[in-house]
Parts: sequence; C-alpha cells; structure tokens
Amino acid sequence: MEKAIKKYWPIFLLPTLAAFLIGFIIPFLQGVYLAFCQFTTVRDAAFMGLSNFSRALSDTTFTHAFWYNCAFVAVSTLAINLGGLAVALILTRAIKGTNIFRTVFFMPNLIGGIVLGYIWQILLNCVLSLLERPLLALDPTAGFWGLVILMCWQQIGYMMIIYIAGLQSIPDTLIEAAEIDGATPWQTFIKVKLPMLMPSITICLFLTITNSFKLFDQNMALTGGQPAHQSELLAYNIYYTFYGRSGPQWRGIGQAKAVIFCIIVVAISLIQLKVTREKEVQQ
Amino acid sequence: MKKRFLALGLTAAMSLSLLAGCSGSGTETTAAADTEAAAETEAAESGETEAAAAAGEGSVYYLNFKPEQDAQWQELASIYTEETGVPVTVVTAASGTYETMLTSEMASSDAPTLFQVNGPVGLNNWKDYCYDLSGSAIYGELTSDDYALSEDGAVYGIAYVIESYGLIVNKTLLSEAGYTVEDIQSFDDLKAVAEDITARQDELGFAAFTSAGMDSSSDWRFKTHLANLPIYFEYQDKGISSTEAIEGTYLDNYRNIWDLYINNSTCSPAELTAKTANDSLNEFVNGEAVFYQNGSWEYANVVGEGKFSDEDVTMIPIYIGAGDEANQGLCTGSENYWCVNKNASEEDIQATLDFMEWCVTDETALAAMTGGEGAMPSGGAGMAFAIPFSKAPESSNLFVAEDAALTAAGKTPVSWNFTTMPSEEWKNMVGSALAVYAADQTDENWASVVSAFVDNWAAEYALANG
Repeated sequence: MEKAIKKYWPIFLLPTLAAFLIGFIIPFLQGVYLAFCQFTTVRDAAFMGLSNFSRALSDTTFTHAFWYNCAFVAVSTLAINLGGLAVALILTRAIKGTNIFRTVFFMPNLIGGIVLGYIWQILLNCVLSLLERPLLALDPTAGFWGLVILMCWQQIGYMMIIYIAGLQSIPDTLIEAAEIDGATPWQTFIKVKLPMLMPSITICLFLTITNSFKLFDQNMALTGGQPAHQSELLAYNIYYTFYGRSGPQWRGIGQAKAVIFCIIVVAISLIQLKVTREKEVQQ
Repeated sequence: MKKRFLALGLTAAMSLSLLAGCSGSGTETTAAADTEAAAETEAAESGETEAAAAAGEGSVYYLNFKPEQDAQWQELASIYTEETGVPVTVVTAASGTYETMLTSEMASSDAPTLFQVNGPVGLNNWKDYCYDLSGSAIYGELTSDDYALSEDGAVYGIAYVIESYGLIVNKTLLSEAGYTVEDIQSFDDLKAVAEDITARQDELGFAAFTSAGMDSSSDWRFKTHLANLPIYFEYQDKGISSTEAIEGTYLDNYRNIWDLYINNSTCSPAELTAKTANDSLNEFVNGEAVFYQNGSWEYANVVGEGKFSDEDVTMIPIYIGAGDEANQGLCTGSENYWCVNKNASEEDIQATLDFMEWCVTDETALAAMTGGEGAMPSGGAGMAFAIPFSKAPESSNLFVAEDAALTAAGKTPVSWNFTTMPSEEWKNMVGSALAVYAADQTDENWASVVSAFVDNWAAEYALANG
C-alpha cells in the first residue's frame, strides 16, 4: 500500500492541488494585487500604490461597518453558543422525541440566507409596525437585533449538533465518578463536562466568529445596509463599494477593503484558536 | 490487492469526472458552433445578403436597463435571430442593480456588446468601453444631434427613447371627487385637491396618491425623478446645465411636495419603506388612488385589457410651487443611451451595430418599439416608446402624445437633470434620508435630507471627479 502511494501520489495530489491553485491561490494573489490597482474590470488594472488603502481607511462607512460588525460578532457569538449549548444539554437528556427536536432545530440551517433574510424582514417589519416602531430599514438598532435574532435562529441548530456530538463523547465513567464523589449537577457541568467539551467549543467559536464577520446575504436581504449604510456589516460594505458605486476608483478601494478585512478575520480567528486550544484537556 | 483496486477505481472515477467536465464544455462549444453553422447555411439558403451572412458570425449581447420592457426585448431578439441567424441574448437587470450587473458582466469573457449609460455622469464611468458611433448607420437615423451623447467629437451613446413623467391621473376618480384635470394648474391647486380627497377619504373610498414606496424597486421615483424638479429650477435660475455644488434653493418646495405625497396616500407614511413599485401600481390600477407619479414607460402597465383605457387616464405636470407654473410641462428627456462595447470582437461589434440599425429601421421592430397594445407579433403589448429616429412612426403612447400636446400649447417641458446627479450613492443617500423623514416628519430629519442633498452632492462630485 505504502509503495503504491509512493508511486501514484501525483494522481492523488495533483487534481486537488490544481483545483486549489485555480480556485483559491491564484484568485487570492490576483485579488491582493488588484488592491493596489485602479481598474474597472479585472483585465485592465493599472498599478496605483497604496492610495486605495488610505482611501479605504478614511471611508467613514467602512469604519462604522467595522465597529458595527465587531458588536455583532460579540453578541451573536455569545448568543449562538450559549443557545446551542443549552439546547444540546436539554436534548442529550432522556426526553421523548429528542431526535425529532434535533432535526427541527437543525432545519433552519438548510435554508439559504437570502430567503431567510426576506422572510425575517417581513416578520420583523410586521412586529415593528404593530408596536408602532420604525421599520427595520429605518432604524440601525432594530436592524442589529434583527440580524442577531436571524443568525441565532439559523445557527443555534448547527452548533447544537456539534455540542451534542461533544457531549456524547464524554465517557459515562467520568460523570459517574463525579456523581459518586458527590458533585452536584452544576459542578459536574462546570468541572467535568465543560473541560471535556473544549474541542467542540473551539470549533463552534471559530465557526460563529468567522461566520458573523463574513455575514453577507442575510445582511443584504434583511436590512440592505439601510438607513444610509448604518446597518452595514463589513462584507456588505465591501460588496457595495465594489459593485454599488460606479467609477473606476471604487473597485480598487473595495478590493483594498477586502484585503484589510481578510487580515482582520484571519488574525482574530487565529488568536481565538490559540486561546481556546490552550484550554483543551486530554482525557 | 483489493485495496489497490479500490484506489485505482477511485482515481479512475476522479479523473473521469474531470474529463467529463472538460468534455461537457467541449460539447457546448460544438453545439454553439453547430447552430452558428446552421444559421449561416440558413442565411445563405434564404438568399440573405452577404452582409447578413457575415454578421452571422458575430453575436449580440444586450444588457437591458428597463425591466418594464424585458418581455418585448426578448421577443424582438428571437425575431431578429429567426430572420438573420444572428444570436441575440437579452439580459435585463433588476431595478436599481444595473451598474452592479454591468460591472460584473463587463469583467466576464462574454461581456455585453450593447449596454446602456444614463447620461454624462454614467458615460464618465464607461467611456473607456464605448465604441465611437459617429460613422454608424444608427447615428445617421437620429432625428437630432441632441439625442447623441458626444464628447470630444466622438459619439459614445445614442438615446433610443425619449420619455416623459409626471402625475398619472385617474380621471374617473377625480371627477367622483368633484374635480377635473383643469382644476389643477399649480402646486396650490394640487394641494387643495389632494387634501380635500384625504379629508373625505372614508366617504370617497380612495386616496389622493398611491403609496410613495421607498423600497428599491420604487424609490427612484422620488430620490431621482422628483428630485429632478428642485434641481431643474435651480439650474434655470442660474442658467447652468450641471454643477459641482448644488445650493438647494428649492428644497422647501421639495419638502412640500413630498409631504403632500406621503400624508395623502393609501398607507401610513411609516410603512412606506416596505412598499414596492408593484404595490403602488396595483393601487392605481385598482382605483385606490387618484394620482400616481410615474412616466410614459408605465403606459402598458396602466392602459390595456382589464386596466384603463386611454379615456380614463391622463398625465399632468408635477407642480412644486416653483418657477412659472402656468407654463410648466411634463418632465421630458432621456436617460437611456445605447453604447457599444468597443472591447468586443469585431464581428460582435458589427453584429451589434446591425441589430441596432434593424431595431430602428425594420417595420416589425419599429412597431414593437413604438406601438401599444397588440403591437408585438405575438399579440403582446409593444414598448410604446417615443423614439428619436427618422423612420419611426408616431408612438401610440398616450402620455407621449400628451407631452407633445402640452409642448404644442406653449408649455415648456422640464428637462431631465438627474443625469447630472453626481453618483448613484448620492441618490441612495437622499432616498434613505427621505424614507427616514417619511416615518418621522421632524425638522431634524428634514435637515438630514437637505444635508444628503447639498453636502453630499459636493462630496460625491469631488469623489467622482477628484
């Protein structure tokens, strides 16, 4: 077998490598290069230097989108993970119909973001108009909480599945030993289950943080950045700069924003991975 | 051993699927080549001229700006392909997404060969892509040079439709309320009529204005078209045709007319952000409101079977209480200029030029472009455009005819100055501020409309030209 791998490795490796190169590495490098250019279409780029970056950073809608997005990441990451873990804890108990509930909670994750965005826009606007409050497109705070509710609804089920898998992989012997030692259910949860869940927490935090940073379709469909870019998250802000503004200079600025965005997301997720990995324990 | 077979099998399957991918696109090309070849033979067989046969090698890709006329363009395209064998693809961008779509399509390998810009500001962004049309046949068909978008002696765009907008009036409802169109000759008249209708709304069973929807499908009626009026009157006062900084001298009038629209409407002003273009149109067609601000392009949606007849509706100028209201006409102009992509292959450019020429010279095409109900060969409604080409018959569009009648009666049409608005972003910010103001009509919120109008004009102008 090993010999075969030695002999045939290019057959295994090359197709994937080619796909990775064509589909990821080359566009990524080209994208970084374009951030330094002025262009209308990607074929006619002219090198400009760093001016795109300075214009991107001096764009107030971009800085606003950044802080708005940071707040969104903090709130939604907390809400989704607490929610997912809570549901997972409930659904790993011996209750009737847990499988049905797991399926039901997972379902929202199967619906596309645009569709969800529009459905929730209708729902939330109805609620807001009944409460005689300004509609979503008029109030960035309403837009913010709308996005949080929408993302919780969509993501809690997904994180729940990961937490359930984590909870089920905790050996019964550990729990039993804790109980025999006289630990209360709360102590068992904090001292035994939670440390054992750290790998799940790492992956769930990573997924929710990056998802919340990269959130695009839900933002576009739910609020469209209204009013006046006040409910714009970073990805939508970049998209709008690139496609929504006309004039050759905007493409390069949008691209520069995208590069900055990429660096921020990579940096934050690496820090998060490092921090949570350190807390992981061996059985 | 077994494992090795499995591995080999998997590898084989993988490479096969790769190959399948290649062959898939391969067949597609051949299929296209086949149809093209077939089209050529067909053209040759039917005894077409050599020019047509040569054109058969190119193809046309038209990125259409007007969603209202998508069906008609699709039909015209298929008729043209049937007649000449030249494949014509028509793609229509959804309302408010044309720039986005044009940008992404221009970057693709199958870029549009025929696209639109909205005027000088739009041209500024796409000039590098525009083919010089000065020697083309379609330029020769234009009735006046005013309809060409030229710069430095080159013709980059050709207006293919002249349109008018104003307040479309349901005359039946207006007379039920006890008024006639002649009663409305100024902003004060309009305000009196509208407010009287609102006061008696429960008794009459209809409102004065259809919902001024601020959804993206509809907000252009206010952030662009209605905003044209204060700009027009300011330009008139100063004797200019564009500016780098607007003063907003007529913004109080803008506020008055906007107040009138939103407070005498079918719905509460707070709900306007969610109202769409279709909501507004349906309200008008269902007789829920008397006035509907829109243009001649809506003719086919308003007049026709199961809707109104020409006798039921009319269009009146939008009075905002500025300028010489006694002599004010409809807002008439064009923001639809055809441009040909100069980066397209030579055959495609030629095919596109031929297609454009056909559109404005062929009888079927002219009928489709200017005719109303039943003008399409399939029996559907035509585009009912007024087009500035020499062979064009009179448009059957009632609103176009009314514009002509008003002009003949000595009224001055209001020109379209929104083509000089500095950017789409400017319009969006005004729209957004208008929507916020509609929901909560305070002076503070109006101040942000003014700021979006005045300050942002200068800022966006500097960004676009700096």
